[in-house]
Amino acid sequence: MSDSSTTTNMKSRGRPALSGKRRAEARREFLRTSIMAAGVVGCSLLGFLPLVQGASLRLRPPGALKTTENEKEFLSSCIKCGQCVQVCPVEAIKLADIDEGFGIGTPYIEAREQACDFSCDGLQCVLACPTGSLNHALNFPADTRMGFAKLSRPNACLAIQGKGFKGQARGPDFDGQLRYDEIDRWNPIPVADHPYDLELCDLCVRQCPIEIRITQCAEKKEQASGERVARVAEQVGNECPPVHAIALERVAMPNGEMRMSPVIKEGCVGCGVCEMICPPEPPAIVIDIHKITDFT
Amino acid sequence: MGYIVESLRQLAGAEPTRPAKEKITSRAQEVHHHKKQNPFSKAEFEAIYAEHGTGRTKWRNRRWATLILVNLLFVVSYYFDVQILEGALTASRFVGFHMADLNSALQVMLAYKHLVLNLVIGTVTIFIMWVLLGGRTFCSWVCPYHLLSELAEKLHLLLAGKKLVRDHSFDRRVRSLFYLVFALLALITGYTVFETISPTGILSRALIYGPGIALVWVGLVLLFEIFYSRRAWCRYVCPIGMTYGLVGTVSPVRVKYNVKNCHHEGDCRKVCLVPHVLSMTIKGRASNHDMDIGADCTRCGMCVDICPTDSLDFVLGYAKKSNK
Repeated sequence: MSDSSTTTNMKSRGRPALSGKRRAEARREFLRTSIMAAGVVGCSLLGFLPLVQGASLRLRPPGALKTTENEKEFLSSCIKCGQCVQVCPVEAIKLADIDEGFGIGTPYIEAREQACDFSCDGLQCVLACPTGSLNHALNFPADTRMGFAKLSRPNACLAIQGKGFKGQARGPDFDGQLRYDEIDRWNPIPVADHPYDLELCDLCVRQCPIEIRITQCAEKKEQASGERVARVAEQVGNECPPVHAIALERVAMPNGEMRMSPVIKEGCVGCGVCEMICPPEPPAIVIDIHKITDFT
Repeated sequence: MGYIVESLRQLAGAEPTRPAKEKITSRAQEVHHHKKQNPFSKAEFEAIYAEHGTGRTKWRNRRWATLILVNLLFVVSYYFDVQILEGALTASRFVGFHMADLNSALQVMLAYKHLVLNLVIGTVTIFIMWVLLGGRTFCSWVCPYHLLSELAEKLHLLLAGKKLVRDHSFDRRVRSLFYLVFALLALITGYTVFETISPTGILSRALIYGPGIALVWVGLVLLFEIFYSRRAWCRYVCPIGMTYGLVGTVSPVRVKYNVKNCHHEGDCRKVCLVPHVLSMTIKGRASNHDMDIGADCTRCGMCVDICPTDSLDFVLGYAKKSNK
């Protein structure tokens, strides 16, 4: 960055003739610049690696523009601002770090730590998204297709073992929260503050947000059917899911024995609450991000 | 028109135009002539420095306060859930109104190839805002990386003063190349490639959502600036600066230069992030009595603070064409 302080003809449009020394410096600068340019672009392209390896595939918030195997549209449309993070009442959404390459700053959910329990009712993250990367066409929790639950370790399942469950589902140190309608309709509370006492463990079914809504709808139908629902939010949040997501059913085990087992139904949206609440470590039930229900 | 063309040339990386003699207004020529006839004596210089003093920080203080306040507003809005400024610098809502960083929005549009209404609203809002506020004003008054880079620059200058490091310049035209390459990469790959290495986005998110390993990259860039090349990222790489520079070509918020009392000692160019915009402060180079500093200027006010003769100042409005 020099003030070319030579006494060249001011009218000539070209650069002043360079002395040997300056020419050498100009050459060095060109070389430096080329290396720097290649270096910076090269570094930015390293962001491709995690994508190629598939390492950046994650459980994404409701409405993410993706298929089960391809997140390209989601990664390209997301502006990496984290407004979805800010509106989530249970703080389920986190932003990816630079090790996810081009996925940096994109939202994901670590279901085991904190699942999406739809306690915002209105899909706030979708509404907050400025680019439609979380698709605004989504209206209700049941429309979501995040993944699909899978009984990955049936041997660990307490229900299959015929066991009950007593105490805090994930121990006293677990930070995750859930909304328990019967305790506080509007605010989620720590799971650790809500111990259970169950004769047969049915936590994955009991806490499933889709199942909870189906139960509420059934109760409401039982009440005077013509009565108007008091609150709009309640009406929206409890929009009745059309099909069940999970149920505890009597199932034949490989050895022919009949046992009670969670059975995942086509209404499962992959929110991850079952994975979060499942007491064994690691959990018996997890979300498979490579699968979604084909129910529409 | 001349201002816009010259600004665009300099943004693209060209050396400032040397005005042809017939392009210099008679009033400016008179000043040049007068100065040639009556060169400043050393005593006069010293008197002026003594009178003005050095190390004024008026604009720097205002700027740092603004920069910290804006970034703090993001943090506070999230932590205390006051919902004034939600999101991060890449995109946000200010009391509910959409705002989108122009460069991030451009990257998303090129990669995603759809026009999303909310994003368009946010982009237009921010475009108008920075036209009114000065374009690259974003860089020095808002961008968190700029502040860190300024501190790194102080360290660099300190080490350079002790001859421990040397500033290695790059060809400024490389920024245009970066701009083109990152636009094309977004278009071709369908990913927002630049976002992966943008210190602005990384720092903004780190402040709001907590630190991550991406900060290592920011640290590396800062080390590069301290030990190898002064202010390298902002000067030679950042497409965000280029985008806001383009916006700034039509902005009325400009630093203005008045040649009359200038001593051409060059203090302003020494502190400047983009010294090419101050080429008219070189002796004999001012083509007009009053001139606007080009759009690559970040309106940081360092030159205004340091100028011993008050020849540089913030003035709102466009320079009159005919100050002959």
